Amino acid sequence: MNPVRKKRLYAVMALVSGAGIAVALALSALQQNINLFYSPTQIAAGDAPEEVRIRAGGLVAVGSVTRSDKSLDTDFVVTDGVANVTIRYNGILPDLFREGQGIVAMGKLNDQGVLIADEVLAKHDENYMPPEVMQALEQSGMKQQHDAANAAKQGY
Amino acid sequence: MNWMWFHKLGSPKWFYEISRLWLPWLAVSAVLLLVTGLVWGLAFAPPDYQQGNSFRIIYLHVPAAFLAQSIYIMLAIAGTVGLVWKMKLADVALQQAAPIGAWMTVIALVTGAIWGKPTWGTYWVWDARLTSMLILLFLYFGVIALGNAITNRDSAAKACAVLAIVGVVNIPIIQYSVEWWNTLHQPATFSIVAKPAMPFEMWMPLLISVLGFYCFFGAVLLMRMRLEVLRREVRSSWAKAEIKAQVEKGL
Repeated sequence: MNPVRKKRLYAVMALVSGAGIAVALALSALQQNINLFYSPTQIAAGDAPEEVRIRAGGLVAVGSVTRSDKSLDTDFVVTDGVANVTIRYNGILPDLFREGQGIVAMGKLNDQGVLIADEVLAKHDENYMPPEVMQALEQSGMKQQHDAANAAKQGY
Repeated sequence: MNWMWFHKLGSPKWFYEISRLWLPWLAVSAVLLLVTGLVWGLAFAPPDYQQGNSFRIIYLHVPAAFLAQSIYIMLAIAGTVGLVWKMKLADVALQQAAPIGAWMTVIALVTGAIWGKPTWGTYWVWDARLTSMLILLFLYFGVIALGNAITNRDSAAKACAVLAIVGVVNIPIIQYSVEWWNTLHQPATFSIVAKPAMPFEMWMPLLISVLGFYCFFGAVLLMRMRLEVLRREVRSSWAKAEIKAQVEKGL
């Protein structure tokens, strides 16, 4: 390669690495703010502010969903396997909402540490399979393993 | 290593002639792969156990998102070649690929929003993956606008190349956003390097439509580039002869 082209190539490489370093520094400074939601462990540790709208995400604990007879009020516990957060929501839940499902809820923490949510979103995982395969998994008792592996992968 | 082919690319006439040979192959494979992949995926692949049929939008969403990112990487490579080797054809490729990339980004964002409403419960959420993808769309708009705003062709080429190269920093952010941060968007289902998180009868049509989208991009890009090369070389004798031949064929 002739020296002029070499020089220009170095200039391009310097441009890319300069821009890359600047963005990397900015993103690492913003690390916490880019997260869409707080995990139950972070909330239990007091990382999440009270009386400010935040998002909490995790898996809906099995057997924790209690629905009110008179209203749409639903209480459920979200867990990441380490800590739990109770969420209270008044509204229509997404179709994918069920026990064991990953969700993200938006709302304010009250002084008892209960998140009063005004929005609940279902988080889908990256696994797709036909219904027959899921039935086979359930019958063979492999579903628990499958769910546990997913939960570990998603970092709850 | 023989770099002859690379230097030949510097000649618009050589490109015009060689691309005439590639174009039919790319166009035919694009049609075959797209029809096979989309019909198989949209009509015959089994539904998902949780999402039912709404998961089928993956056969448009994933290929479009792949292309949106690949095309931007291509812009950055073309920009580098244009800046370092002063190759005219690199600028033609950059300018002509940018609108296709912008459309692919729009398809990915729109199909994602349509899928998000029934699955997540919302069309849009400002998580890292969705936001970085929106930034990619604005980068494409920036490249297109810059190319049109500067009338001097050499200055426009330089400016677009620099923007394309700086913007490529966004690509790894899109790619790894779902791993670095908590996002609503799930990690990748379909990857070239990892074991797919879906069974063969769902995965195979996806692979075929991804390949189909790439061939479609190749064919459209070559067609656009050939036209642009003719437009830019309109004063040369070979281009005049070619245009005359095309016009006579058209009449």
